[in-house]
Amino acid sequence: MTDSTKITRRGFFGQAGAGVLTGALSSLMGREAAAAGGTLGSPHHAPRARRVIHLCMAGGPTHLETLDYKPELARMHGEPMPESFTKGQQIAQLQGATLKCFGPQHPFAYYGDSGQHICTLFPKIGGHADKLCIVRSMHTDDINHDPAHTMMNTGSGLSGRPSMGSWATWGLGVETEDLPGYVVLTSVGKGGQSQPIAARQWSAGFLPGRHQGVHLKSQGEPVHYVSSPDAGALDGQRRLVDAVQRLNANEHQRDPDPEIETRLAQYELAYRMQTSVPELVDLSDETEETFELYGTRGGDGTYAANCLLARRLAERGVRFIQLYHRGWDHHGGVKRSMEITAKEVDQATGALLTDLDRRGMLEDTLILWGGEFGRTPMGQGDGRDHHIKGFSCWMAGGGIQGGVSYGETDELGYAAVKDVVHVHDLHATMLHLLGVDHERLTFRFQGRDYRLTDVSGRVMRDWLA
Amino acid sequence: MEASYALSLLLAMAPAGDPPLSFDRDVRPILSDNCFECHGPDTNKREARLRLDREEGLFRERGGVRVIAPGDPTESELFLRITEEDADFRMPPAEFRHRLEDREIETIRRWISEGAEYEAHWAWSQPTRPTPPAVRDEAWIKSPIDRFVLARLEAEGVTPSLPADARTLARRLSVDITGLPAHHEDVLRVERGQLDEAAYIDALLDSPHYGERMAQHWLDLVRYADTVGYHGDQEWRMWPYRDYVIRSFNENKPFDEFTLEQLGGDLFEEPTMSDKVAAGYNRLNMVTFEGGSQPKEYLLKYAADRVRNFSTVWLGSTVGCAECHDHKFDPYATKDFYRLSAFFADIEEVGVFTRFQDGVVPPQMRVMSPEQEAELAALAEEVERLQIELDRDDPALALEQSTWEEGARAEATDGLRAPVAWVDDAQSNGGKTEGAWTFVSASDGAPVRSGERSRKQTGAGIVQHFFHLSERRVSLTEGDRLYAWVHLDPENPPKQVMLQFHVDGTWEHRAVWGEDKISFGGVGTDRDAHRQMGALPVTGEWFRLEVDPLLVGLGPGRTVDGMAFTQFEGLAHWDEAGVETETPSLAFGSGAGSVREAVLAETGSRSEEQTTLLRAHFREISPSLGVTRSALALAESAKTTFVESLPEMLATVAVEPREVKVLPRGDWMDESGEVVLPGAPAFLPQGELDGEERADRLDLARWAVSEANPLVARAHANRIWRLLFGEGIARTPDDLGNQGARPTHPELLDWLSMEFIESGWDTKHLIRTIVSSNTYRQRSSARQDIIDRDPYNELLARQGRWRHDAEFLRDGALAASGLLVRDIGGRSVKPYQPAGHWRELNFPMRTWKHGSGGELYRRGLYTFWCRTFLHPAMDAFDAPTREESCAQRNRSNTPQQALVLLNDPAFVEAARTLAEEPARPLAHGSDEEGVHQLWQRVLARPASDVELQEAISLLSDERARFSADADAASALLSKGERPLPEDLPADELAAWTQVARLVLNLHETVTRS
Repeated sequence: MTDSTKITRRGFFGQAGAGVLTGALSSLMGREAAAAGGTLGSPHHAPRARRVIHLCMAGGPTHLETLDYKPELARMHGEPMPESFTKGQQIAQLQGATLKCFGPQHPFAYYGDSGQHICTLFPKIGGHADKLCIVRSMHTDDINHDPAHTMMNTGSGLSGRPSMGSWATWGLGVETEDLPGYVVLTSVGKGGQSQPIAARQWSAGFLPGRHQGVHLKSQGEPVHYVSSPDAGALDGQRRLVDAVQRLNANEHQRDPDPEIETRLAQYELAYRMQTSVPELVDLSDETEETFELYGTRGGDGTYAANCLLARRLAERGVRFIQLYHRGWDHHGGVKRSMEITAKEVDQATGALLTDLDRRGMLEDTLILWGGEFGRTPMGQGDGRDHHIKGFSCWMAGGGIQGGVSYGETDELGYAAVKDVVHVHDLHATMLHLLGVDHERLTFRFQGRDYRLTDVSGRVMRDWLA
Repeated sequence: MEASYALSLLLAMAPAGDPPLSFDRDVRPILSDNCFECHGPDTNKREARLRLDREEGLFRERGGVRVIAPGDPTESELFLRITEEDADFRMPPAEFRHRLEDREIETIRRWISEGAEYEAHWAWSQPTRPTPPAVRDEAWIKSPIDRFVLARLEAEGVTPSLPADARTLARRLSVDITGLPAHHEDVLRVERGQLDEAAYIDALLDSPHYGERMAQHWLDLVRYADTVGYHGDQEWRMWPYRDYVIRSFNENKPFDEFTLEQLGGDLFEEPTMSDKVAAGYNRLNMVTFEGGSQPKEYLLKYAADRVRNFSTVWLGSTVGCAECHDHKFDPYATKDFYRLSAFFADIEEVGVFTRFQDGVVPPQMRVMSPEQEAELAALAEEVERLQIELDRDDPALALEQSTWEEGARAEATDGLRAPVAWVDDAQSNGGKTEGAWTFVSASDGAPVRSGERSRKQTGAGIVQHFFHLSERRVSLTEGDRLYAWVHLDPENPPKQVMLQFHVDGTWEHRAVWGEDKISFGGVGTDRDAHRQMGALPVTGEWFRLEVDPLLVGLGPGRTVDGMAFTQFEGLAHWDEAGVETETPSLAFGSGAGSVREAVLAETGSRSEEQTTLLRAHFREISPSLGVTRSALALAESAKTTFVESLPEMLATVAVEPREVKVLPRGDWMDESGEVVLPGAPAFLPQGELDGEERADRLDLARWAVSEANPLVARAHANRIWRLLFGEGIARTPDDLGNQGARPTHPELLDWLSMEFIESGWDTKHLIRTIVSSNTYRQRSSARQDIIDRDPYNELLARQGRWRHDAEFLRDGALAASGLLVRDIGGRSVKPYQPAGHWRELNFPMRTWKHGSGGELYRRGLYTFWCRTFLHPAMDAFDAPTREESCAQRNRSNTPQQALVLLNDPAFVEAARTLAEEPARPLAHGSDEEGVHQLWQRVLARPASDVELQEAISLLSDERARFSADADAASALLSKGERPLPEDLPADELAAWTQVARLVLNLHETVTRS
């Protein structure tokens, strides 16, 4: 590659004929850079977290073999599920089937000084028990994957609402000049049906399009169209972009148009992404120790590789990072499937917590680990069906109190009964930690002021450090 | 606070002589925003039994207290409460998220002082045709439209913009009307006055691309897509509906007819094919194939989806809010929502579709042109003629039949069994033949058991050949055995062989011999679907694989219509297969069980049915009718083949309407709501809908386009205006209700609506009327003189300016380069798409394979529309996913857009194609001329001096780079499938490609101005 910085300098400031534009161009760019801030200008209150990493365990992990141990369910294994629990409730694939109790398939142990009760399939996550706030009393509205994910991301089962990452970047702006503010990574597990994930999960809905999540692929071209067509050469691309910029700036002088100002900034950001994205996914500056910690050398499309990328994204100021691991839909063989899927995520999740912590970033990074719903205490053969009346998740980092558990399901793990938490409450708390009052981050669409939490949502003060 | 209010009151005092305030324009929006949530249409949330969204409520008097006392704010409780000092009594309450601003309070005060004249909401009163106002500058008036606009401008003391130059205007007209850039030669003719502007407008409206442009807009509204939307987002076939929309706009079908056909075309007395295709509108909602979904829940999701769509498209209203509660701002009650939903309750569908196969979402229908309908009729006639031939009475045949009956009776009583071949030297049973049927004969050195030929089968893993859905079917009787002869190669024997039988549409009856390798039916299981028959037969000799049907779950009376011959690896020869039975004469034909009974019954004691049955059965097997039967089979197969070649799509089929209940809080599990019948929202005039009989979709459509409905013409005219100015006259085309933006020029919108209706709902007329106005012809440049006063161009003192829609960017680049294939309609196509974009899809897993040849260069309108993973270039430029209706696309400006225009192979290929001409030195002469040519092709003008300088400089830098770096040149030129011209040096073409990319990326190129 030739010296592209030299070309840049010449391109922007030196070339005869375009030199007169320098002042106008640079002031335009400056104005747009300021516009990268959020709608709110400044947060509603002092934020505890600057960014969020959502580890989405897609498919619906069983709470009964992750975070919510039920000895009574073990005792009743094989016996009919008491009708008092299930009568009149929604049910998915078990429609019309005989409902029998299906005991926990894996043992639990007490981890950390706080003695958090976690399934032994997750020793590395367990190693961070004192940092976790475990919630065992979640419930949600939709019992099928697609609308349930939409609920978890947008606060509504209907399509077309903005996802939480879009709300966050729209409200708060971005802290990176050469990467998108909201990035999504995906991986596929081997232990269950890999349920599809729709791009609507990271859609900006009715918010401006630049707040849409950008899907970063861990294999192949990392971001669509990010490579120059001439074998990725940057010198020619720089020259081309500079020429476009100068002519557009010239056009702006002739016939002023604020859209040109924005376009100038976006072409510059696009060009920067062509270098920053390859740099982001180039792991040659990582240590052997780091590779061992995560259990991957990257580039293999695994959840572990995505965890490593998540740390790199967080370091570069990306506001909202989502990892989808598609592997938790265990309708059959939950015992064996959980072994497989837990192994796929435990080490890397633990590694991410360790890595962020030792870099001092965990304190302002909110981590959320959980699925779109849980699974039935009733067996579906030797698996479990979808379940929305009670499930678990955990959080750590940015403003979260560690070593605590919150809420309970009933003795069979069917319904959340104590300190019940809805998805809206999770959203309200997440926004609160980011410094946002969820009731005051609204967008008017079709005559109505919409917000992430619809018409409800409570900030869960008990979870806060 | 009080002091500051008083102060601002003084400041805000209107100067005498200001026109009086309008309730609809000035006051209602304040009340809607601040009061209606608790004092509005929602009966469940209404506080103090006070309703401010209705005239009665506003002027009510209760216990001597008047809500509004016209002329006297201090006697008006509403005014007193909004200015109340005591926070406990002040409205809106402190906890409400809005506070009234001082100027809003002043507006209310002034309106009351001025006499508090009430006005109905602009959109819900009948439009009348206003008289276009008088203006001072008559010379500017080209159309009545201009009067409405200029009158307001003159009142505000603003002059309109100058007209755009001829080039800009021609380009504007072309892209607005056809979505394609003006051809630079047309632009030249317009500029030179050789092509009259009005004639150019007519030519554009007559162009078949007009229908495409309008379809792009309409398809956003009705949420047309190529996939089902939920979960696995499987492909379906809907494109004939898209073509119907294009055709309808091109034919300038009156909008009222267009409405009737889409909502209820299937309910016409004698619907044409086109009407039935149009009614496909009713099936455009998302559906699911997700296992474990509750059908009832999803049926209700589909019902709600339809109400949302109908009300956005035709009413411009957000009725969707009323699914769970009465609308908070508009008078749509929950019951109205379910009454609208009941119109669609007759649509045949299931809640959860299963067994996804090949894009079928039943019910489906075949789509054909009138010529194809005639062809099908001819084919059907031939089938019918042969059936009559087969069915004719013939004494010779009767004799033949009685001989056959005797023989069959003898067979049935002699207790001997004999094999009957089903397959031997050919698969002549009809139906579907699949897998490799490799017939070989003894002359090939192959073992042959019977007849002249056997079938050789070899390969890795599971290999099979089979037939099913055959015309000749085996009807099992007691004691029958199914069999097939097989010869296993001694050197290379298969590890396992399997016979499999097709019954009732499934293949779930299998018998296996040998190692358990074939996974079908479950390795390691021993059941009907995978019956273990023991070891492999000996190799090197013929062996008859024989299956007692009972072992694979097939009892007497079952009909087998196909057989599969499967092996795992190795080499085998397969020969005669069939059934061994006591009554060979009765082996084939439908219902052989009852045939057997009929044969055995004495002639005298046979029932009439038995006689008919035997007669029909004999015609299926009689040797003397063989020729006729073959001809019939051929004719039937010709007909089937023809039908199967016809495109299929989802059909709208009316059945007995499902019961519709109001769902409390939208909860589908709550059965307690009242049952409702179809009906229009109660606050709107019902027109013909209050008849005795249950109304249907067609009645809904008639109501929509009747005089009873004030919304439809306004909604349509407002959206058409938006296509031509960038913003609607009402800026919220999807919400014409209380919370929507009031029209900037309400009289103009009403005038257009009436002009539209009175012209016979003529959309082309509406467009021609608008684009012929001087308002339309203005420049789009920002007006520095009024930028602070009118930042959103609400006065229409200039034209709008916006980035082209996703499709038109693609179309423009393809058109300029000459690559564009201008075919109209057809299946959706797949242009280039980055690898892996569909990786997160499943059930089934899919990869996008881009098309070939002309499919790569079709307009963006035809790009395969995957709802969950929209084509990334479309997505980047705000094309909607079409999960829900979209009346106005976002117009974002993002780095992803720059990446698409810079790097998407479709744009790079267009650039390198554009570059071919200037790169051919003899064609023009100088580099300067080459640059001008590129600018002409893309922007219909020569390059300016600055542009020329920039382009030449880029060209020379890039020439140097590419001549030193052949790999980079070759990589750039390899984008896209268009073959490289052999006569051009790669470095030269690559350098010009960079210049072409420059012009394709310019703001002017991507902007409609």
